[in-house]
This record gives sequence, C-alpha cells and structure tokens, in this order.
Amino acid sequence: MADGKPRVRVPKTASAGEQITIKTLISHKMESGQRKDGDGNPIPRQIINRFTAEFNGEVVIDVTMEPAISTNPYFEFDAVVPESGEFVFTWYDDNGDVYTTSSPITVS
Amino acid sequence: MKDALRGVLAGVALSALASGATAQEDAKLIVNGEIEMVTTTTAPEHLEGAFREIRSGWTFRTPETQALQMDDFENPAMIAVDRAQVVWDAVDGTEGNSCSSCHGTVDESMAGVRAVYPKWNEDAGEVRTLEMQINDCRENRMGAEPWDYGSTGMIDMTALISIPSRGMPVNVAIDGPAQSTWEKGKEIYYTRFGQLELACANCHEDNYDNLIRADHLSMGMTNGFPVYRLRNTRLNSTHQRFRGCIRDTRAETFAVGSPEFVALELYVASRGNGLSVEAPSVRN
Repeated sequence: MADGKPRVRVPKTASAGEQITIKTLISHKMESGQRKDGDGNPIPRQIINRFTAEFNGEVVIDVTMEPAISTNPYFEFDAVVPESGEFVFTWYDDNGDVYTTSSPITVS
Repeated sequence: MKDALRGVLAGVALSALASGATAQEDAKLIVNGEIEMVTTTTAPEHLEGAFREIRSGWTFRTPETQALQMDDFENPAMIAVDRAQVVWDAVDGTEGNSCSSCHGTVDESMAGVRAVYPKWNEDAGEVRTLEMQINDCRENRMGAEPWDYGSTGMIDMTALISIPSRGMPVNVAIDGPAQSTWEKGKEIYYTRFGQLELACANCHEDNYDNLIRADHLSMGMTNGFPVYRLRNTRLNSTHQRFRGCIRDTRAETFAVGSPEFVALELYVASRGNGLSVEAPSVRN
C-alpha cells in the first residue's frame, strides 16, 4: 500500500563534533519469500535489501538486510557531524526501486 | 466498630492504589519535542460543575504508554497516517479527482479541521462528523464509492486529517443549529443502558480515576481519536469506542455511523473543549 514511504528524523542543528541520533523508518511489507498464498503458491520475496546513509558524500552507514527483518524496518544510529551539510538516506528494494530522502543539518 | 474500621482501612488501601495509578498526572505531553499539548485544563462552562478541570485520557495511562505518543517514531498510528497519505494523493472514482486535487496538501488545507468536528453543515442541514464529510467528498466530488464508516481506510484518513491540528484546542460549536443534536447527545450520555444499567456518566464522570476491575477509568475524552489501542493493535474510531463501551453494559448498541452516535460524538467532544487535539494518540 504505502510501500517505500520513508520517514527520517535528523536534528536541524548541532554543534561541531557533537554526537547526534538519527532515526529512520520506511513503510515496506518486507515479504520474506517464505510464505505461501491461499492457493499454496509461494509469494515471491520482496524486501529492502540495503540501506545506506551518507553525509556530504561520505558513507555513514551501509547495511545489508536479510529476509528475517520484519515489516516497516526502523534504524536508529548515532553520527558525529563535523560541519554543516546534508544527510542522504537510500533504501534499495528487491524489485529495483530505490527510495531516497535527505535532511540538511546546520553545524554552529 | 470493627466493620467501620475495616471500611477505613479499605479506603486507605484504595486511595494508595489510586495515587499509584496516577503518578504521572503532572507529566507534560510534548510530541516530537515540538508540539506542546494541553492535557489538563478548566472544564467548559456547559458542564456546570461536573468537573472542575478536564483531563486528557493520556494523563491516565502508564509512563510506558505515554511515551509511545511522545515520539512519532514510536507511535504505531503513524503507519496508518503514511498509508492515508498515499490515498490522499491517489485519483479514485469517475471524476478523475484525488483529495489533493481540491484540497492541496494536508498540512495547509486541513489545519484546524479536526478541532471543530463534528460540525453543523448548512447545505446538508445536519451535524456531520469527519467521516461523513469524507464520504460526501468521495461520492459527490470524486464519483467514488463511499467507504464503510468504520473501515480501515476511513479511520486512516481521519488520522491523517488530524495531524495538522495536533496541539490545537478542541473547539466544537454546541450552539446555533447544532444545539438540538448536542442536546440529544447529552441525553444519551446520561441515559443508563444495558443489563448493567450504566450511563457514560456513571464511569467517566462519577468514577474517573478509579479502577473498573483492571482498567483505569479516564474522563472519556475524545481529543485523541482516532486512537491506536494496544489491546487490538489498530486504530479505533470514536464510534467503535462508543460501541465497545455500550456493549460492555450488556446493551444492544447503536450502529457505528448512526445518528445517535453522531450526536453523542458531538456532545462528548464538547466536554473536551479546551484540550489539545492529540489524534492519532496511543492508549491501552
């Protein structure tokens, strides 16, 4: 239904070198490929297989995701921001779709 | 003498229990660190002293449940809001319209809407709930099939429409043309239903803050509806909650979407005039 709709929370401002907490959530059914439909046919796997976060082009986190991860995957992680810039978050779907969103942060 | 003493002891035990259950009464509800909510305020005048102050259902819940509502990442209802956002932008029906074709973005067009519903509709000559208005749009502007009143799609949409009103005070009009509906709702509120012969007021006015078996009774405010209930892990509309309450009195209930429940929704909403819109909230 609402597959591939991401939500992120990044503080709008931070001080240089401060450790900030980032939260991300994407609505996705994460179909494991292990289930069968009403007629006994396997439901093909469709999960988000990779999640990345970049800050000004530099990789912050790069996650390989497996079928055991449940629906609407949520990631929370810390990052240290040396300067103002932009976080770019990307989710890669099995079906080739790529969902991306970005959040700016100002360092004072 | 002995019996009297026992009564006193029971009274002490009960009050200790009650104060333990309301330890969070003074907690402040701030959602996402941004939206400050009014969870306790002076009762509206029309209550004529039934309460000195009114409290949101949030103040009756445990710290764990309260915390779920303080962060949209923790609030499970936000998944429903995401779902409805897709529907908001999707064309449906014969007219080639989506909600956004007429209304634009939810944030701009729907701010303050949740706070004033149910509301008198002059053209229709009736008091309308959000659900009725949504279906009116679907049928007449979109040429689409109306949703079932209590369907998931419908409740999701009311949750989405509530989002930009969060933090605004509930302010439903009870005078003018809405007055007769409001009075009908008030009558239902104070009428005893069912084999247990309980009126809404018996629990939510006379006994709020007490325990009814394991449940901690609130004042029965609707400022947080639709609510995500931990007991059934989905969003629940006001009418579904009414139905559940009346069913528990062992009565034949009114139907979801019935004129009786519309009147009751207006009346109950007016009891919470002044509290912040919290919808979609989290309760147990």
